[in-house]
Amino acid sequence: MSGQVTIVTGKKNRGGGFALTGLAWVVGLLFVMPVLWMLLTSFHTEEDAAKNPPDFGAPLSLGGYKEFFATGPWPSLANSLTASVLSTALVILLAFPAAYALSIRPVRKWTDVLFFFLSTKMLPVVAGLLPIYLFAQSVGFLDNIWLLIILYTSMNLPIAVWMLRSFLSEVPTEILEAASVDGASLTRTLRSVVAPVVTPGIASAALICFIFSWNELLFARVLTGTVAQTAPVFLTGFVTSQGLFLAKVCAASIVVSLPVLIAGFAAQDKLVQGLSLGAVK
Amino acid sequence: MSVDTKPAAATPKHSGGQSGSMMRKTGDWARRAPLLPALIFMIVVTQLPFVVTLITSFMDWNAYYPDERGFAGIDNFRRVLTDANTRSAIWVTILLTVGVVLISLVLGLMIALLLDRKFRGRGIVRTMMITPFLVVPVAAALLWKHALYNPSYGLFNGLLKGVFGENAPQPDWISNQPLWSIIFALVWQWTPFMMLILLAGLQSRPLDVIEAAGIDGASQWDIFRYMTLPHLRQYLELSALLGSIYVVQNFDAVFTITSGGLGTANLPYTIYQTFYTAHDYGRASAAGVIVVIGTILIATFALRSVSSLFREETGR
Repeated sequence: MSGQVTIVTGKKNRGGGFALTGLAWVVGLLFVMPVLWMLLTSFHTEEDAAKNPPDFGAPLSLGGYKEFFATGPWPSLANSLTASVLSTALVILLAFPAAYALSIRPVRKWTDVLFFFLSTKMLPVVAGLLPIYLFAQSVGFLDNIWLLIILYTSMNLPIAVWMLRSFLSEVPTEILEAASVDGASLTRTLRSVVAPVVTPGIASAALICFIFSWNELLFARVLTGTVAQTAPVFLTGFVTSQGLFLAKVCAASIVVSLPVLIAGFAAQDKLVQGLSLGAVK
Repeated sequence: MSVDTKPAAATPKHSGGQSGSMMRKTGDWARRAPLLPALIFMIVVTQLPFVVTLITSFMDWNAYYPDERGFAGIDNFRRVLTDANTRSAIWVTILLTVGVVLISLVLGLMIALLLDRKFRGRGIVRTMMITPFLVVPVAAALLWKHALYNPSYGLFNGLLKGVFGENAPQPDWISNQPLWSIIFALVWQWTPFMMLILLAGLQSRPLDVIEAAGIDGASQWDIFRYMTLPHLRQYLELSALLGSIYVVQNFDAVFTITSGGLGTANLPYTIYQTFYTAHDYGRASAAGVIVVIGTILIATFALRSVSSLFREETGR
């Protein structure tokens, strides 16, 4: 995030400045508090987690995590990783050349194509769910991780096309002209001239695609069973037992969210670029 | 199905003559080639299923009664539209989307303005702010349902008891206000999203102009009202559009927090149930078609406004 903006006349009232700073901290703490509470609870014993009023200073325990891992979450976590990573790779592979054809050497009516991509994002997922289910059923493709990979690719491809196009349109034309004068082929131009300039864009797109695939529930819930089940589906089936389970649920939620939290914290600026489809850099 | 938007962005002029010459044609295909894999993939995976949905919506098709499959005309649509559940689902979807998007947009704007100053710990506050968005939606819904809303051991009632003692009220949040429970959980997740885009918008303001206005004696409010807000308009539109796209389709929170009960079933959840539990394929498809028509209506307006944000940088 560049451009540290200060309100120009802000120096006049120091007190107001402190109040605003305090307010910002309070709001930030309010928003993060549920996550901190979840983190703290995940390290409590079930008995302490269920106390009312809450016991913030209760002794820490790894019981919740032990119980969660005892329920066998690894296959679903592995499935989530496979689906997210492979679909993200596929998205970038398809989106990059497409974005090239929509920016650097644009096809005719490229804006229509661009908006076609975005309009597919507005097509509610549920509207296509039934035919996909029936098709997968008839060809024996249900409960197969590749089905999710293909669907997640279609879910994220428009986002990536928009983002990468927005980055590619900033590639200076002089570089391209120089490359074409030197007689470089299309693939070579893409690989050695364009790609380095838009690597940050690719990183943003990949981050967003990874997060959205990792989070997806509806497709995974309907189209997978015991074999290809992903982590969010595993989570929904988690709260079935009676009795105390709060620490276990919190531990499970933390574990499943951890990859997204780490990726998002590590690349906050990329997150903004990705969320705004590359409109904001 | 594609939304016909006719974006106002200028189509770049192609040098050279009309399609007559072979060279020109080869050139066109060379330009199109890199686009085709992605385009064909999208058409096959997203448009074909919808065509099937459209056809199915005119069919009598319930997996429990396979023999009665046949042409139903507009029966499914009539049944869907006269069904009290669907009408309630349409209403819930509108309330949920408008509620979540509006509240998170206003909160996001206020917080973005708060963070658009230099102060100690700004980076930390920003990191804290985006954390809710990085919690997996199902996990967030579980967190709100069990760790916060739960009447006997949730944090909200725990704090009430901690502050007001043993006789503190212990409301059952979800049963009392099912829809608001979902809206709040979603606002918590989507406010950071709005805030991030709006903050980036704020920081892209032309500073020299604002400084000049300040020197010329414009008040803070005037600067906000006449300079910042107009500049932010397209960012507000973009975040509202993107937020709506995702919240309209929300399934995770409704599924997890109330399982669609207590009058909170939105359209995605209702369709999921009609098809997954009731196996009424014809009716689920008709509901799907109705959702799509509604979305097209909204999207046509929304896309127009978004195209303005991208118009500035389309000239190539």
